[in-house]
Amino acid sequence: MRPEVALPILIPLLAGALSLAFWRSRAMQRGIGVVGTGVMMLSAWVLLYTTWQEGYLVMHMGNWPAPFGIVLVADLLSAIMVVLAGITGFATAIYSLATLGKRHEHFGYYPLMHLLLAGVNGAFLTGDIFNLYVWFEVMLVASFALLILGGERAQMEGAIKYVTLNLVSSALFLSAIGLLYGLIGTLNMADLADKIAQLEDPGMVKVVAMLFLVAFGIKAAAFPFFFWLPASYHTPQVAVSALFAGLLTKVGVYALFRVFTLIFSLEDPFTQNVLLWMAGLTMLTGVLGAAAQYEFRRILSFHIISQIGYMILGLALFTPLALIGGVFYIMHHIIVKANLFFISGLIYRLKGSYELRELGGVYRSHPWLALLFLIPALSLAGLPPLSGFFAKFILIRAGIEAQAWWLVGVALLVGLLTLYSMVKIWSEVFWKAAPPSAGKTPEPRTRNDALLYLSIGGLALLTVLIGLGAQPVFVLAEQAAAQLLDPRGYIEAVLGGEA
Amino acid sequence: MPMYSLILRSASHFLLPLLLLFSIFLLLRGHNEPGGGFIGGLVASAAIALYLFSMDVKAARQVLHIDPRELLGWGLTLAVLSGVPAVFWHQPFFTAQWLTLELPALGEVKLSTVLLFDIGVYMVVIGSVLTVLLALADADDARH
Repeated sequence: MRPEVALPILIPLLAGALSLAFWRSRAMQRGIGVVGTGVMMLSAWVLLYTTWQEGYLVMHMGNWPAPFGIVLVADLLSAIMVVLAGITGFATAIYSLATLGKRHEHFGYYPLMHLLLAGVNGAFLTGDIFNLYVWFEVMLVASFALLILGGERAQMEGAIKYVTLNLVSSALFLSAIGLLYGLIGTLNMADLADKIAQLEDPGMVKVVAMLFLVAFGIKAAAFPFFFWLPASYHTPQVAVSALFAGLLTKVGVYALFRVFTLIFSLEDPFTQNVLLWMAGLTMLTGVLGAAAQYEFRRILSFHIISQIGYMILGLALFTPLALIGGVFYIMHHIIVKANLFFISGLIYRLKGSYELRELGGVYRSHPWLALLFLIPALSLAGLPPLSGFFAKFILIRAGIEAQAWWLVGVALLVGLLTLYSMVKIWSEVFWKAAPPSAGKTPEPRTRNDALLYLSIGGLALLTVLIGLGAQPVFVLAEQAAAQLLDPRGYIEAVLGGEA
Repeated sequence: MPMYSLILRSASHFLLPLLLLFSIFLLLRGHNEPGGGFIGGLVASAAIALYLFSMDVKAARQVLHIDPRELLGWGLTLAVLSGVPAVFWHQPFFTAQWLTLELPALGEVKLSTVLLFDIGVYMVVIGSVLTVLLALADADDARH
C-alpha cells in the first residue's frame, strides 16, 4: 500500500474542491492555488524519489484487485511526467497571481486550474485504459472552460475548433476502447498487454492500434491533426496558454508512449513506419508554419507542434537510445515551452502587444529579461550547453544509429529553422528600436512584476540545470526507457506473480 | 418569471419538505437498494426547483441558505476526504471503512465512509443543478 501514487491526483482535487467552497473569497482561492500546487509538486517529487528507489508503485483503488478494479501505477515515466506537471502547475499558480484580473478569478479560474492538474496527473498515473479516457475528459472539460475564460470573440472562435476536434478524438478513443474490450475482455492495461499477444487476429489489432494512434495524435497535435492548436492556444489568458502549452499536448504524447510500448508492439513494421512518417512531417510542418507567423504566441504554438514531432520520433525509432531521447525531450520541452509563453505574457504587459511588428527595444529597456528569454529560446533551438542541445543530440545520434537518414536530416533542418524563428523573435522584439507607432499604451507597472520574474527565472534556472547536469538526467531517462522496453516488469508489478 | 398560481404556490409549501425527506430517504437506502446520492440529490434539486417556479429566485435562495457553488465545493471536499481514512488502516485510498453501532432504539446501525461519499455526491448534485438553474432564473429576471 503506497499512498504516494494517489496523492498527486487527490491533492489538486481537494484543492479544487476547497477553492470552489470558498467561491466568494478571492484571497482564499489565491492562497489555495499556490499552496495546493506547491504541495502537489512536493508529492510529485516524493513519488519520483520512491519510484527511483523501489521501482513500480501500484495502488489498487478501493482495494479491488486488478484486473477488476482500477489500479494506479507509477513507473519512472509516469513519475517524471507528474513532476513536470507539478513544476508547471506551481509556476503557473504563481504567475497567475499577478496576471489574472478579478474578472477571471471570479469565474472560477482556480478551481478549473486544479481540476485540470488533477486530470493531467490522473492520466499519467492510471493503469486502466478506460480510466485513462475518464481523466482525459476531466482534463478536457476543465480546459474548455479555461479556454473561454474572459469570453472574447477570438477565444470563442478558437474554442469551437478546439472543442470539435477534441470531441472527435474522444469519440475515436472511446470506440477504440470498445473494440479492444470486445476483442480481449479486459480494460486493465497490464492485463491487455498480457493477453493481446495470444490474440489470433492481427488485422483487428492493427485497426485498433491505428484508432488509438489517431485519437492520441489529435490530442498531441501531431501531423495531420494539428490545426486546432495554433487556432486556439494564442487566445486565452497567458497563464492558461502556458499551462496548456506545457502539459496538454504532452498528455497525448505520454499516452502514445504508454500504449505503443506496453500494449501494441512497434516491432510491427507497418505501425512503426506510420509513426516515423508522422514524426517527420509533424516536425517539418510545425516549423514551417512558425516561419510564416508574426504574432508572438502563434509562433510559439507552431513550435509546440514541431517539438511534438521530436518526441514521437523518439518513440517511433524504438531503440533504447531513441526512447531515452524521447523522454529527455519531454522533460526539456515542457519547462522551456511554458517559460516562453510566460515571457510573451510579460512582454505583453510591458509593451501592450503580441505583434512582432509593434514590439521592439526590450533589450534596451529590460536587458535582464532579454537574457531570460535567450535561455529558453536557445534551448528550444538546441544550442549547447542548454537542455535542448542534449535532447536533440541524443535523438539525432539514435537516428544515425538506426540509419534513418532522412529523419536525421529533417531533425537537423528543423533545429536550424527553430533557431531562425527564435532569432526572428530576438531581433524584432528585443533588438530593433521600438517602433514610434507603438500600439496600445502599456499596462502600468505594479509591484507584482516580481512574481512574473520569479516564475520565469525559476524555469530558466531549471533549463540551465538540466543542461549542465545532463548526465544524471540522462541516467534517469535511461532507467525510464529501460522500463518502457520491458513491459513484463509493468505487467508483473500490476498483476502480481501469476502473470 | 413569477407566475402567480395559487394552487402551485400552496402545494409547493407542502411538497418541499416532503420531497426533501424523500430525497434523504433515497440517499440513505442507496447502499443496497436503488437510490443513492445522485438520485437523492436530483430529487432534492427538483424540490427546490419547484419552489423556485412557484415563488421567485430570492425565496429559493433563502430556502437553500447557502450559495449553491459553495455547496458544490463542500460536497466535493467531503467526497474526496471520504477516501482518505482508509490510509490510516494501511489500505488503499477509497477502501470502504465500516463502523457498526448498537443503538438502543434503532438496533444495529452501520455507518461507513461510503455513506460520506454519497452525502458528498448528494451535495455536489444539488449544488451543480441549482447553480445552473439559479443562473438561468437570474438572467431571466434581468430581462424582465
